[in-house]
Amino acid sequence: MESQSPPPPLRCFSDSHQSELFRDDGVQTVTSAEQRKVERSIQDVLTVYQQIHSLPQPTLLREQHYQYLKKGLRHLSDAYECLDASRPWLCYWILHSLELLEEPVPAAVASDVCQFLARCQSPTGGFAGGPGQHAHLAPTYAAVNALCILGTEEAYNVINREKLLDFLYSVKQPDGSFVMHVGGEVDVRSAYCAASVASLTNIITPTLFEGTHNWIISCQNWEGGLGGVPGLEAHGGYTFCGTAALVILGKEHMLDLKALLRWVTSRQMRFEGGFQGRCNKLVDGCYSFWQAGLLPLLHRALFKDGDMTLSLSSWMFEQQALQEYILLCCQNPAGGLLDKPGKSRDFYHTCYCLSGLSVAQHFGNKDLHHELILGKEENRLAPTHPVYNICPEKVAQAIQYFHQLPIPAQNGEPACAEDQS
Amino acid sequence: MSAVEEMENTSNSVLEEPEEEKGSSEYVEGEADMEEDEPVRGGYLFYRDRKEWADLEPVPQDDGPNPVVKIAYSDRFTDVYDYFRALLKNDEKSDRAFALTAEAIDLNAANYTVWHYRRILLQALEKDLREEMIYITAIIEDQPKNYQVWHHRRMVVEWLNDPSDELQFIAEILSQDAKNYHAWQHRQWVIQEYNLWDGELEYVEELLEEDVRNNSAWNQRHYVISHTTTYSPPEILEREVQYSIKQIKKAPHNESAWNYLKGILQAKGLSSYPGLLEQVEELRETYCSPYLLGFLVDYYEDALETNNNKYNQTETLNKALELCELLAQEKDTIRREYWRYVARSLQSKYGSGEISSPSSSNPTPMEQQETPSSD
Repeated sequence: MESQSPPPPLRCFSDSHQSELFRDDGVQTVTSAEQRKVERSIQDVLTVYQQIHSLPQPTLLREQHYQYLKKGLRHLSDAYECLDASRPWLCYWILHSLELLEEPVPAAVASDVCQFLARCQSPTGGFAGGPGQHAHLAPTYAAVNALCILGTEEAYNVINREKLLDFLYSVKQPDGSFVMHVGGEVDVRSAYCAASVASLTNIITPTLFEGTHNWIISCQNWEGGLGGVPGLEAHGGYTFCGTAALVILGKEHMLDLKALLRWVTSRQMRFEGGFQGRCNKLVDGCYSFWQAGLLPLLHRALFKDGDMTLSLSSWMFEQQALQEYILLCCQNPAGGLLDKPGKSRDFYHTCYCLSGLSVAQHFGNKDLHHELILGKEENRLAPTHPVYNICPEKVAQAIQYFHQLPIPAQNGEPACAEDQS
Repeated sequence: MSAVEEMENTSNSVLEEPEEEKGSSEYVEGEADMEEDEPVRGGYLFYRDRKEWADLEPVPQDDGPNPVVKIAYSDRFTDVYDYFRALLKNDEKSDRAFALTAEAIDLNAANYTVWHYRRILLQALEKDLREEMIYITAIIEDQPKNYQVWHHRRMVVEWLNDPSDELQFIAEILSQDAKNYHAWQHRQWVIQEYNLWDGELEYVEELLEEDVRNNSAWNQRHYVISHTTTYSPPEILEREVQYSIKQIKKAPHNESAWNYLKGILQAKGLSSYPGLLEQVEELRETYCSPYLLGFLVDYYEDALETNNNKYNQTETLNKALELCELLAQEKDTIRREYWRYVARSLQSKYGSGEISSPSSSNPTPMEQQETPSSD
């Protein structure tokens, strides 16, 4: 009989793990009460796990997730009526999850997705939350990402690039920011959505992002992270959007990177292992991507800056602890992933928990790659691109395809026209 | 069975169990008396059965022949939205259209297309905006974490040019969830737009009294002071430093208070503040925490940076490196990789016995025009 080396010890079962519990200093507030509740529920999960498994080998429930995703890509219950204005998101969340799981999408299904997203495209440009709705930057981002995941010519050709550019101009504001939709609200998500789709489809004109980087920078606050608009509390989702947008625009060095690094690394929860979205708030599986996903971006930014002291093997967060949190606390046994124990599964959390798991498993890029897979080798997911959150090959392929095409002229004027106003 | 075959068999598969978040509409569908045209008392009548809507042809959703992410809408949902699409198609601007938008919103308050249309109707029909404020107040109370409802409120407040109810309303929402991001966003907008800074610092202090760990409140504190007195006057900065230290003493493991202290001092540089090191070292005995130790690292880093002749550079560096190792090994192990990086950075920058020349802490901004490449 082969002797197998025991799997590496899990951090959450170590003797010193208990010392990481939240200390309320005898002063109980809503914040500390909520935090302790979550820690207790995590402890319960860990205790049960230890009782069932003598040898802790966390397992990604691939088959169950696959079935959940496969079904959802076709049919969703009426519980999803609240996402009736976000159906391209559902496509993206599901397709990205499948690509991380390295599950192929049959050609017929891929074609159906293309045709559906084509119906979500607005005649005035951009994509809407569903057929017949108005265009909005969020479903536009999701639709373009979904189409790039599919990566066929049919998929790429769904996008009307000329109209997409018109749409982006129609939501651009004088101060450099973007509203999410005509007559809608401004926040830093819009800059990311715009930068993402524009860069992938090669429609960036000299004026499109004028002032945008300055506006994004003004969202970095005293905490080191970014808020949704200038003045607001630093928040993981908005920080990711702002940082990734700046990376696309080549302006990430205008951020106080050290302050941002301090802020984001401080968001990893010492007991749970996962990330919180804001200081003194609760852990949530989706921040496995929004927060942990910042570390690859920062690593690259610092590296480009000439930093010689960066690690060559790991990101600056506890990769194993995050994997433990996701695998032990965020999986629904019937498939799908979730925020934290006690919450329901949904496709948003499935997408971002898996994306975060991928970030935690893969360090580096294709040239310098170091893997840290917690549990069985079968837990390994495909790597994801930290800027776009689709697989790196799909990013490269899309960029290559669209860069063969000329940047559209704005408003039907010839591309060489100098006056772009 | 191959993946391909499995996929193809899903066409009429069993619909998902409602395990997902957000339950379906609670509305109990009354059985409309299909033989009569009059409204049935006590029951709900679909729009398709309402006489006064008979002139309008409902527009079904165009999902295409092989839909994906197809939602199993309830009958009521389908009916309302089929008629909404019809109104949109005809660009109808009527009271019945206005009433229908409320139903569509009730079914999905995140449908920004409906909200947009409602706003067009509000103006075209010259509706009573005070009534609309009452309406949106109720919707927000019910669904305070939705983007559209807050944006709608903002639009109505702008049209009325009347923010007089806002601070109280937002305070009410915050009393239910003191960290609601949309609420804080709306609050900051109202205060800035209408110059309502008076009393806000007091409000923040109330919230911090209730929960000293409310990071949103700490942020609001910073917001108010930055936009009013600023932190430039020494007496303001001193007051805020002492306030932070007071809160730290109450709950030493409250990260927000430590972050605030650092946040307000870092512009001038932590080591430029006289007596600060001593105050913090004093706290170390009784009120120690990973945040205190991290603060000391920041302090020493700033001292190294500014090459303050008060300190011996080598000693300072060693103290900083010691703390980084203490944090990495024992006090803040979740951030081990980070603290080790900080140590390496400090060592590289200030180490090897070299006296480093003062350099800016931020790299020269380089305008990098790089095509986004896959990493």
